[in-house]
Amino acid sequence: MSEQAALAADGLVAGYGGVTALDGVTISAGLATITAVLGANGAGKTTLLRTISGLVKPRRGRIQIHGADLTGHGPEDMARNGVAHVPEGHSVIAELTVEENLRIGMMSGKTSRADRGARLAEAYERFRPLADRRRKLAATLSGGERQMLAIARALLARPRVLLLDEPSLGLAPRVMAQVMDMVVRLSRENGITIVLVEQNARGALAIADTGVVLNLGRVVATADAQTLAQDVALRHHYLGF
Amino acid sequence: MVEFLQFTLSGVVFGMVYAAIALSLVLIWRGTRLLNFAQGGMAMFTTFIALEVVYKTGEYWAGFVVALAAGILLGAVVELIVIRPTIGRPELNSVIVTIGLLIMLEGLAGIFYGGQYRSFPTAFSITGLHAGRTPLGVSRFDVFVAVAVLVTTLLLAIAFRYSTAGLRMRAAAFNATVARLSGIRVARVLTVGWALAGLLGALAGVLISPSTFLYPNSMDSIFVYGFTAAVIGGLDSPPGAVAGGLILGVGLSYVGGYVGGGRGSDLTAIVAMGILVLVLMLRPAGIFGGSVLRRV
Repeated sequence: MSEQAALAADGLVAGYGGVTALDGVTISAGLATITAVLGANGAGKTTLLRTISGLVKPRRGRIQIHGADLTGHGPEDMARNGVAHVPEGHSVIAELTVEENLRIGMMSGKTSRADRGARLAEAYERFRPLADRRRKLAATLSGGERQMLAIARALLARPRVLLLDEPSLGLAPRVMAQVMDMVVRLSRENGITIVLVEQNARGALAIADTGVVLNLGRVVATADAQTLAQDVALRHHYLGF
Repeated sequence: MVEFLQFTLSGVVFGMVYAAIALSLVLIWRGTRLLNFAQGGMAMFTTFIALEVVYKTGEYWAGFVVALAAGILLGAVVELIVIRPTIGRPELNSVIVTIGLLIMLEGLAGIFYGGQYRSFPTAFSITGLHAGRTPLGVSRFDVFVAVAVLVTTLLLAIAFRYSTAGLRMRAAAFNATVARLSGIRVARVLTVGWALAGLLGALAGVLISPSTFLYPNSMDSIFVYGFTAAVIGGLDSPPGAVAGGLILGVGLSYVGGYVGGGRGSDLTAIVAMGILVLVLMLRPAGIFGGSVLRRV
């Protein structure tokens, strides 16, 4: 299945203390695709992202990014190898300014000062509202702006694989639609491979290429997004719509 | 009026030393969420090393520089060897480890250097300065003490605020997860934080020891004052630590000068303890507790 998968996780087993949150999860994402990871609370969605980004060490299994085996590497190394993870909850550093938050996104590799300036300018071009608030503390931003900032910071690292955990959580419907739009553009225009964890299954499947449904730490369905969205039994059983 | 001026000025000088200790505690607290009870002991130890160098070379500044370098080194080594294994374990473990380290350092100092009081030299004259005819109650060396802490603090503040390394440290302190996900090697940043704390402690040790004498326990009370200053400032805030140091220094100077008919200096430790208890009871976040609610 991996004719050059951008991301391949194979048989991941991971957990916290005595609790097994992932019990042999295998997923594979092709270049520049969007994969929606769905499931109820406690299904292991967040743990899956945390394991791929290195925050949680897998007990078993392998993680490959563009063919390179990076199993067991910490998040610092994963970031340096092109994996960006935006954890849930608008993960910005509230005590720092908007621009400082963005600069943190450029610390995973060696970049020249001129290059950093150009990347910042590009980020402000894409995310206009951030440009107006660049000297303000991130604490002063609205929920939507925070999510925008968190994603902008992740993008400044020029990732090849972007892991998004509940990017639409707590956002107004209109802002949520904007975030989803942006996710689509990132994959289509920038060629970034995206793994999207969402509570909002309907919205996620609408933009995804592939859907993966987790239940109690195991994959119960993998299919292209349209097929999943039309599978009434599966929807009722695991996705609640 | 003259007395008031003298008490205030000498209070500021001592306050700056407390501020240096307080800052070193804040640096570690922000990075590691740990109160380093060995901070005073580490400062005492580096000051003994400095004294050895001064004896050997006859040169104050050689001792001064060696003290600061030893402080940086000791801070980094302690973080790497003693503190790192306790990270991720219950918080009490690391607290107890720092207390153990304090006892060990004080024991080692006793073995190497003996328990007797040693006088520590000064860089400048200790005769009192005058403004016209008015004695100011502080010496040239006292001015150096205040300026040295002030300059170090400002340099650190500028580095934290404007340099990339400073941003990295702030990011690691405020949100280690986001920092790590952004490729910042947080563990390395913590070591640097401890090294800088070691530097500040060593500076405080060299500056205060001419006034207190140097012996294995000589920094214990200074540590308590520095801790109190840090708590007044909110434990999380570098400007708060400096303000807390100055408030405490001047306050204790007034107590020592005005209370108990000249015997007030016996009271200062008790008053400092009292302030510590009061602040913890009434405003646990500190007077400057800019304790912004943190969203996690």
